[in-house]
Amino acid sequence: MAMLEVTNLSISFGGLRAVDDFNVSIEEGALYGLIGPNGAGKTTVFNLLTGVYKPSEGHIILDGKDITGKKTIEINKEGIARTFQNIRLFKELTVQENVMVGLHNEITYPTIAGILKLPSYRRAEKEMREKSIELLKVFDLDQEADTLASNLPYGKQRKLEIARALATNPKLLLLDEPAAGMNPNETLELMNTIQFVRDQFKMTILLIEHDMKLVSGICSKLTVLNFGQVLCQGDTEEVLNNPEVVKAYLGE
Amino acid sequence: MEDAKKKKMTAYTKQMIITYGMVIAVYIICEICMHTGHMSNQMKGLLVPLCYYAIMAVSLNLTVGILGELSLGHAGFSCIGVFVGAVFSICMKDVITVSYLRFFLAILLGALAAGVIGFLIGIPVLRLRGDYLAIVTLAFCEIIKNVVNIIYLGKDSNGLHFSTKDMMSLGMEEGAVEIVKGPQGISGMPSDANFTIGILLLLITLFVVLNLIHSRDGRAIMAIRDNLIAAESVGINITKYKLMAFSISAALAGAAGVLYAHNFSIVKATTNNFGYNMSIMILVFVVLGGIGNIRGSIIAAVILTLVPELLRGLQQYRLLIYSVVLIGMMLLNWSPKAIEWKEGIVTKLKRGRNKQVEKQAD
Repeated sequence: MAMLEVTNLSISFGGLRAVDDFNVSIEEGALYGLIGPNGAGKTTVFNLLTGVYKPSEGHIILDGKDITGKKTIEINKEGIARTFQNIRLFKELTVQENVMVGLHNEITYPTIAGILKLPSYRRAEKEMREKSIELLKVFDLDQEADTLASNLPYGKQRKLEIARALATNPKLLLLDEPAAGMNPNETLELMNTIQFVRDQFKMTILLIEHDMKLVSGICSKLTVLNFGQVLCQGDTEEVLNNPEVVKAYLGE
Repeated sequence: MEDAKKKKMTAYTKQMIITYGMVIAVYIICEICMHTGHMSNQMKGLLVPLCYYAIMAVSLNLTVGILGELSLGHAGFSCIGVFVGAVFSICMKDVITVSYLRFFLAILLGALAAGVIGFLIGIPVLRLRGDYLAIVTLAFCEIIKNVVNIIYLGKDSNGLHFSTKDMMSLGMEEGAVEIVKGPQGISGMPSDANFTIGILLLLITLFVVLNLIHSRDGRAIMAIRDNLIAAESVGINITKYKLMAFSISAALAGAAGVLYAHNFSIVKATTNNFGYNMSIMILVFVVLGGIGNIRGSIIAAVILTLVPELLRGLQQYRLLIYSVVLIGMMLLNWSPKAIEWKEGIVTKLKRGRNKQVEKQAD
């Protein structure tokens, strides 16, 4: 049984068919890559999966449950978390608080308990702090727990975004160009982290990436998008050697 | 790790203690001055309004600084508090004779009414952002003020009478109590407010706002401020938390309004006290005190209320000096040089203290 099953997914903006008949099936625990030239509709697919856009046609089934047309918060509760191409952190909050916001629906207490500082508040806050530090440790960010998110270096901001997404305890993690703007060393480190996350949290990961070293290094399967349509789909090696993919995206 | 956590907790507690301590210290000093006769009557008359302005500034900071939405209708919510609280007190004057209890209930009722109206206004209005939201809240504030100005309410042995035309159309018996008289305002409130209650209300406001900020809900509200799309993507209910911040802010303004009403014998809803002039003045307190800085709001509210009052003797130069103070405060708060200078002083003080400690150790 696949973790994510997408069938005939399409969306039009006016006359433009941004995504046309997109199909994908991702097995549980897979590291799946979505690649293609700029403007191919990759991020639009992410926005469709997370409910930012409502699809014109098609179905999205997560872990056997139809989540087509649901709102972003509902989809997050069903188990899809994402990061963004242009980093979107809570800049005025600390690193730890960013992750604690991610834990918002995981550990809860009523508003009144927070205002009156009841025991349930103290207990839940303690649990939140411990859990967030645990997560930050995975990304080697625990030393910066009290730093403002906006003061982190770029590479760490990317990692923090992943940590925050993981805090929502998702089944499927969507990473939108996680290695963008990173140097080769940082990228290498990120590859290890992504694989670690997959193994440690038994996570299914779908990622968009332009860095072919990362894609060929960690993704087991790929889908290539071009002009909103699936150009090619299959095992990484096959896809990357496909002459059409080479012509449309990789360059001869 | 444990140490770091402890350190953080103490830093946060320290900030809280400074804020509460500042308010309590000012209270004690004022009380001492009052009892030893070192306070002018003019100053005494200002104490409750000062509390009112401080509460207004703190509660508006919840909307502007923490939620990050520009609201220009804050005075409207306090206007609701004024009239609901005052009407309740006048009606209950003979029923509940314990003034503290009556005032407490009036504050609760005023806060509740303002909170509910804030919630109802918030539902359509909070879909807007930025300048658009500012304009619409401004409009609602004016609507509230104008509606209050056409209300006529009186009480006689048959119960309450209500009209929107004039006093005559109430058709009341002889010897009836006229409670709300349209543009002539509301009068006959028992003077239940005093400085102690004002300070208590300010402390409660601080308690609610500061604890809210440091809770799960407060983080959600600040997450919405910092990045709406990201907040939504981690499962935060945007509408819920926007409404929560907005209506708590309105409720606290309502409570402040009740305090304000019971400090005067007559309150009229004019542009100066419940119109946009006041809303903008409160916003000035918040901006000058530092957006999102709760303690700053109180300090700015106190200074900027005191300055024009204390300068009354200078007549035409009064507003000139007021504007200079405004500019001066802005520079002191935000200019990079001033911030550097302030930090320099702090480190010097710290070094001095460390030296003293070392000397003592020797």
